[in-house]
Amino acid sequence: MPFESLPLNLTELQGAVPAWQAAAAPAELPDICQSIKDQGGRLAALWGTDEQDRGLGYALHLALAKPEGMLWLRAALPAREPRYPDLSTIFYPAARMQRAVRDLLGIDAEAADRRPWLRHAAWPETVHPLRREVAASTVFETCSDDYAFVSVSGDGVHEIPVGPVHAGTIEPGHFRFSIVGEKVLRLEERLGYTHKGVDKRFQGMTLAEGAKLAGRVSGDSTVAYAWAYCMALESIAAAALPERALMLRALLLERERIANHLGDLGYLGNDGGLGFGLAQFMLLKEDMLRLNHRLFGHRYLMDCIVPGGVDCDLDRAGLATIEDECKRLEREVRLLKDIYDDHSGLQDRFLTCGRLTPSTAGKLGVIGLAGRASSQAWDLRAQARPAPYDVLEARMKTHKNGDVAARANLRFDEIFESLRLIRAVLNRIAPGEIAIALPAAVAGKAGIGWAEGWRGESVVALEAGEDGRIRSCHAHDPSWQNWPALAFAVFNNIVPDFPLINKSFNLSYSGCDL
Amino acid sequence: MYQLLKQIARTGIKTEAPPQADETMRVLAQRLHAEILVLFSGSLAIRHVDAGSCNGCELEIHMLNNPYYNIEGLGIKLVASPRHADLLLVTGPVSRNMETALKRTYAAMPGPKLVVAIGDCGCSGGIFGESYASCGRVSNVVPVDVAVPGCPPTPVALMQGILAAISRGGRRAGN
Repeated sequence: MPFESLPLNLTELQGAVPAWQAAAAPAELPDICQSIKDQGGRLAALWGTDEQDRGLGYALHLALAKPEGMLWLRAALPAREPRYPDLSTIFYPAARMQRAVRDLLGIDAEAADRRPWLRHAAWPETVHPLRREVAASTVFETCSDDYAFVSVSGDGVHEIPVGPVHAGTIEPGHFRFSIVGEKVLRLEERLGYTHKGVDKRFQGMTLAEGAKLAGRVSGDSTVAYAWAYCMALESIAAAALPERALMLRALLLERERIANHLGDLGYLGNDGGLGFGLAQFMLLKEDMLRLNHRLFGHRYLMDCIVPGGVDCDLDRAGLATIEDECKRLEREVRLLKDIYDDHSGLQDRFLTCGRLTPSTAGKLGVIGLAGRASSQAWDLRAQARPAPYDVLEARMKTHKNGDVAARANLRFDEIFESLRLIRAVLNRIAPGEIAIALPAAVAGKAGIGWAEGWRGESVVALEAGEDGRIRSCHAHDPSWQNWPALAFAVFNNIVPDFPLINKSFNLSYSGCDL
Repeated sequence: MYQLLKQIARTGIKTEAPPQADETMRVLAQRLHAEILVLFSGSLAIRHVDAGSCNGCELEIHMLNNPYYNIEGLGIKLVASPRHADLLLVTGPVSRNMETALKRTYAAMPGPKLVVAIGDCGCSGGIFGESYASCGRVSNVVPVDVAVPGCPPTPVALMQGILAAISRGGRRAGN
């Protein structure tokens, strides 16, 4: 058991991933976090809930991960002046999560950075919209938005502000570059523009509706989020899923990974000056989306994963079509990889560009695809191995150079590995049920879901309320961990390389603006 | 280089040969092209604003430029600045944090300031609705000419929406 050395009263959570729950006092958190870090663990997510309707104060929640499993730690905080010690000195990515929790709930980590994160101008500083006393429909008067960016001074230093509306078709966010000549001295990110109040929206929804909302936290990772949400709900219901449903879920998740990697490889070629790559990879991606639509009813596989199983099945012809598609994709992607590898102009742009060293990545707690390109060996499919990955035996791919080339090559490697996994599913899938009816969820019971999407892990923590509704739900995107690393990766690079570096990370805005 | 050229030759021309909706696509493309020729001198400039979307609609807007749909071949270009744009494609429920940016983008456009709201969220607020953080549908924030439902709408639906907006010649009815 990965967390038994800690002075905690652990309760095992039933479900697809090894997970435990425990309570701790706020003052104990730094020691617990430090010892988990010393044992090779990391912070997976940090969020808060309002428990005043239960006659309590607030709760701070931490999801702490080790390769073998997850610990969901809950610290009760008083209703008056809810505070806890700053954890960002132990886990770097905690800083922005703490600021977001402070904006939404008024729970204060007492960190040095007092600036808001999700609060721009939509509600005043004195209001904390995730508190239960604030009705979701309340509209506050627009406030002033005066964010204090860190300024860099010196001879010839100037700033380039970019966004929130970007030049391309991408999500909104603000980047403040401090540069000298063409060289980037500092990149400061300001996000939160797509904050839609997702945590608040979850509250009071039925548990079934929640799966749909989870699938729209970040549209490019709809399968990963829907799976993580359903996994949390199935953990609450203590339900064991039919094997066919699990196999189909893995098939969908790997298809989502391949489709996104194909798109990214196309855009990486394009941003590197090889428009040929965009045209070629987008053809492959479009073919895949059309097949998704034909076989599963949705181009991006939204709402295919439902509580209790999946809402789509494959007949023999469908399985054969996917097998043919795998063959074709394998052949085409290998050919395009050879072309990318041999293209000196493209490799010149890729190699050493936007380098995030393994040591920096480790200190920053970078995870997912960007982490694996910098030697951070985290891949849930190969470590905690939620079913059916326990039988599929996913092989984790890593690179150590941490540059754009490493992140591009990792995408190639992962496409081939996903194709292998899809073939393994096709070989193993047996006739059977694709979904079961879940027993009614007991109010107050909690469950956690954890799925390795194409960008990294999606974590969903869910607590059931009365009448089959959601009491609270929080979805966590791996981009929380990886956005800060982008600022390190662009340091000392030239401004024109930023789009390429940014694309090589391809992080989500919506996923962490929530 | 030989491999690259060989691959281009082997791929051939994919435009206008979608396997599913051949006829509708061809008719649509021709009408779209004709409208653009007449009303926009052969060139329509579109600016996209993500006003709070989950990024699903953005994926489909990207796909408009793939060789199957090839909207640039029809004279439609996604441009980097609202100053160059005839039409604004807006996705998402408009988050309150994007409200000002969307209004400013709209204000920065020259006439005819066509606006197409994209997706279920753009049409109605979708699953996110209206709240302390969300203004809901796009027309709650800027005037909208055409709303294209779907979660996300397919590239064909997006093209139909753009066609509907320009067929009206930039004159807004209602709203």
